Amino acid sequence: MTKFLDELIRGWGHDPGTWRLTQGVYLVAMLLVAVGLVTFGAVFAGAVSWWERRVAGRMQSRIGPNRVGPGGFLQWIADALKLLLKEDLIPEESDHVLFRIAPYFVLVGFVLTFVVLPFGYQMSATNMNVGLFYVVSITALVVVGILISGWASNSKWSLFGGIRAAAQVVSYEIPAGLAILVPIIMAGSLNMHDIIRAQGGNPWSWFMFQTPMGFAAFFVLFTALLAEGNRTPFDLPEAESEIVAGYNTEYSGMRFAYFFLAEWGNLWVMSAILTTLFLGGWQVPFLDSRLRMWEVAGTVPGWFYAASTAVFVLKVLVLVNVVIWIRWTFPRIRVDQMMGLCWKYLVPIAMALVVLTAFNEWVSFNIWGAKATQPVGLTHPRGWIHFAWFAVFGLLPLVAFAVKTRRNITLTGDRVDLTNW
Amino acid sequence: MALDQITMTKVSDRVLHQDLGEMVLNMGPQHPSTHGVINFIVHADGEVMKRAIPEVGYLHRAIEKIGEMVSYNGFMPYTDRVDYLAAMFANEGYAIAVEKLMNLQVPPRAHYLRAISCELNRIASHLISIGSMAMDIGAVTPFPYALRERESINDLIEALCGARLTYNYHRIGGVAFDMPDDWTPLCRKWMDHFDKVLDEWDRLISRNEIFLQRLAGLAVIPAEMAISYGLVGPNLRGSGVDFDLRRDHPYGAYPDFKFEVPVGKGHAGARAGGTAGDCFDRFYCRVLECRQSVAIVRQAIDKLPPGEFMAKVPKKIRPEAWSEAQSRIEAARGEMAYYVVSDGGERAYRVRARTGSYLAMGIIEDLSKGLMIADLVALIASLDVVAPEIDR
Amino acid sequence: MPALTAEQIHQRLSAKFGDAIGPLSPPKKDPHFTIAPAKLLEVCRFLKSDPELAIDFLQDLTATDHPKDGVIKVVYHFYSYKHRHLFAAKVHADRANPELDSLDPVWKSANWMEREVFDLFGVSFKGHPDLRRVLLPEDWVGHPLRKDYSEAGGYRDISNVRDNPLDLYLNLDRMVKAQKPAPAPPAPAAAAPAAAKPAEPAKGA
Repeated sequence: MTKFLDELIRGWGHDPGTWRLTQGVYLVAMLLVAVGLVTFGAVFAGAVSWWERRVAGRMQSRIGPNRVGPGGFLQWIADALKLLLKEDLIPEESDHVLFRIAPYFVLVGFVLTFVVLPFGYQMSATNMNVGLFYVVSITALVVVGILISGWASNSKWSLFGGIRAAAQVVSYEIPAGLAILVPIIMAGSLNMHDIIRAQGGNPWSWFMFQTPMGFAAFFVLFTALLAEGNRTPFDLPEAESEIVAGYNTEYSGMRFAYFFLAEWGNLWVMSAILTTLFLGGWQVPFLDSRLRMWEVAGTVPGWFYAASTAVFVLKVLVLVNVVIWIRWTFPRIRVDQMMGLCWKYLVPIAMALVVLTAFNEWVSFNIWGAKATQPVGLTHPRGWIHFAWFAVFGLLPLVAFAVKTRRNITLTGDRVDLTNW
Repeated sequence: MALDQITMTKVSDRVLHQDLGEMVLNMGPQHPSTHGVINFIVHADGEVMKRAIPEVGYLHRAIEKIGEMVSYNGFMPYTDRVDYLAAMFANEGYAIAVEKLMNLQVPPRAHYLRAISCELNRIASHLISIGSMAMDIGAVTPFPYALRERESINDLIEALCGARLTYNYHRIGGVAFDMPDDWTPLCRKWMDHFDKVLDEWDRLISRNEIFLQRLAGLAVIPAEMAISYGLVGPNLRGSGVDFDLRRDHPYGAYPDFKFEVPVGKGHAGARAGGTAGDCFDRFYCRVLECRQSVAIVRQAIDKLPPGEFMAKVPKKIRPEAWSEAQSRIEAARGEMAYYVVSDGGERAYRVRARTGSYLAMGIIEDLSKGLMIADLVALIASLDVVAPEIDR
Repeated sequence: MPALTAEQIHQRLSAKFGDAIGPLSPPKKDPHFTIAPAKLLEVCRFLKSDPELAIDFLQDLTATDHPKDGVIKVVYHFYSYKHRHLFAAKVHADRANPELDSLDPVWKSANWMEREVFDLFGVSFKGHPDLRRVLLPEDWVGHPLRKDYSEAGGYRDISNVRDNPLDLYLNLDRMVKAQKPAPAPPAPAAAAPAAAKPAEPAKGA
């Protein structure tokens, strides 16, 4: 980002090192990027709320919003406007200051993660060396906000929701952190872009399919991120049928909207992290060797930036869809079962995965020498091993899934009808 | 009203007395759970409850008092409201009680029509119960599926009697309307489709891992406890007691039908920790009963006798002075008993509807010790209590 | 598992308890007999423990109010899952001060059913663990299913009487008619110009 701005300043005829307005330009650029990111987060949250409601509707044999705008697409704008115009109710017995600032903790904790998220080839707001570590730590702000809102509402049900959320998020940080260690060990860096570079565009070069540990770590991280994002089956903090709305029972209007903005926007963050770490990020299939060529020559074409962004966005949206799908399929698990799952299953499994991954890397190092920072293709024996794991963990489940889905559909005498939206 | 002028409903100190370290919460009466307006005063230590005391009466409409003020025939629509989700049974129970008082012989076609309408209503009521059980556990999707199937039943019953919820179909002496000519093929077509839907649900809900973990082994009610507390219907059968009024004290057309009675025996499986009498058994008995009801309706349609659908009933119903009768029917939520006392006049002296849900509420407080709040919701859903039956 | 008839049950109980058991009613559907209030608990314990009766389910517990006879008859229906027989018994409680033994120690289903009888009829049950109103609010006055129940005119400032809406409409009609101005009398031709002239200078000024 600084390089780009320096080029811009030189284009205006000044020397970035000595010009006194350099810092000002940086500041303005950063503000613009920040506004852009926050806007992206908010707009995506709104759009995914529309998508979720349509998908939920179709899954439940009903249509979802379809009146406001084509296919109901403007529904979220209408909802946002309505929430903005609502009366700002602060319960009299609540803690006024804490009640008011709690949503902002949640919002800030969510938006700040966008600073390091990649969007495409060399496209992210910053290129932090410790990007992943930053993400894990900044998402902890959200739990502070939820706890504050649960307490400040002065309602026993809100308190329940807040405490449940605190227990859940804090517990699931552990397996999340451990599962994140697996791709970090495999890539050797905390930088998001380096991790993506260590993977390739083809599915067998993704960390998820390179080793069985990657496969298992994907699911551990997926579960842990679902729990961090308060999504079903881990939506105990806002379990509707039990505790009304949990920690946001007393909230209305825009404050309520902030909580939900953060929850839906978190779908992007969650999926982006998973894509970066396990699904190859913005790497475009079949272009690995060409990318190497372009980088060495310094002539990466402009369309590659767009293509990599498109690939990244596509992967993220597929994962977002899976998360929505899971939400409307599974029931909710109970508090003690959730804690048991975390501490009795996910944490030991994640620890074992870390140890096994380290061992695997040590063995590979001894057999094949230092790993190149670029992904290996099918010409190398390592590539064959990756392809073999991909066939076992990627192709086989895909085929089994397709067969089972087809069987489920035909058994009920139903059929696939894509014209019925 | 200013804040200090609002007075809370007075609740006795025995209910509200709070031990050290306990939190007293109100779960209800407005509540996203669909069982109606019921309030639970929960004494909880964190997530674990010490007691959950039900407070009912929010839907009390004095139906039994109204029974003393309207004529015997005129009371029939009120019986719909005793349990509006399974209204046919309430109609039938009252009709049978008054027919006993008047010594009326109901023609066989009416018995069959009553059985058909009641079994369809049983399926509809169980669908709501299954759907709302899934929703209370957190899986929102099965509820619209259940409603979608229920729409077809509503259409079928609407063709029979003109109403979709509170039917007022049975009369003292028979039923109000005959079956339309083209009804039977529609019903058969729907039942063929419904069988496959039940299979799909088995895969989606009943064998779902999270569902099993939430419900298996929860709130086990042994058979003696179930009988002592007066549980009836699927609640009783879920605890392993093999008793069904349709088979053991048959009434109406039921002697002509062959069907099985599902009994709870740890259907969740040993791996999930299922025991006879847990929440999953009560839930699964209802799923199995749906299948049996379909079988009964099939047999009833095949064997439907021609003839009258209403007996010759005097214009004004005046049973003998100081006679009384009790009728027992196997309603969707268990045995419903109507006790009617006549003093020789045109209006009943006393009409009493003893419903299954009311007795089920009595067991909740004693079962709730040691359960978690999420479990309380699952327990209430598994007992399938509905507010109109409790409060009448 | 022989199901006993009502006569056999009545005979068995009379043999054991003698006078406490009243005569079997004439068969006007659903035969029943009375039990003396003092022996109620004993009889019920016997009903549960006797292997030939084996009553394990208190199927129904309700009451009927008879102000003319001065009693509230509490009606019990007993059922046995083992033998599959059902019968009814009544206990007469003095209407002025109705009090009976609670059957909660014998069958737990009595708990809530007795609360309902207490709520709606005012019969109190000795030994009931938690005798308070169930269907009506705790501070309700009166017992509604009694024949002489009349509402107190309201509950906590919520009135339960209101004006007949028809009367309100008729009043409204009368009020509207009263406000409409009377139709103008037919003015004679002479009065009109005379009335117009003084009006005009007034308008001009």
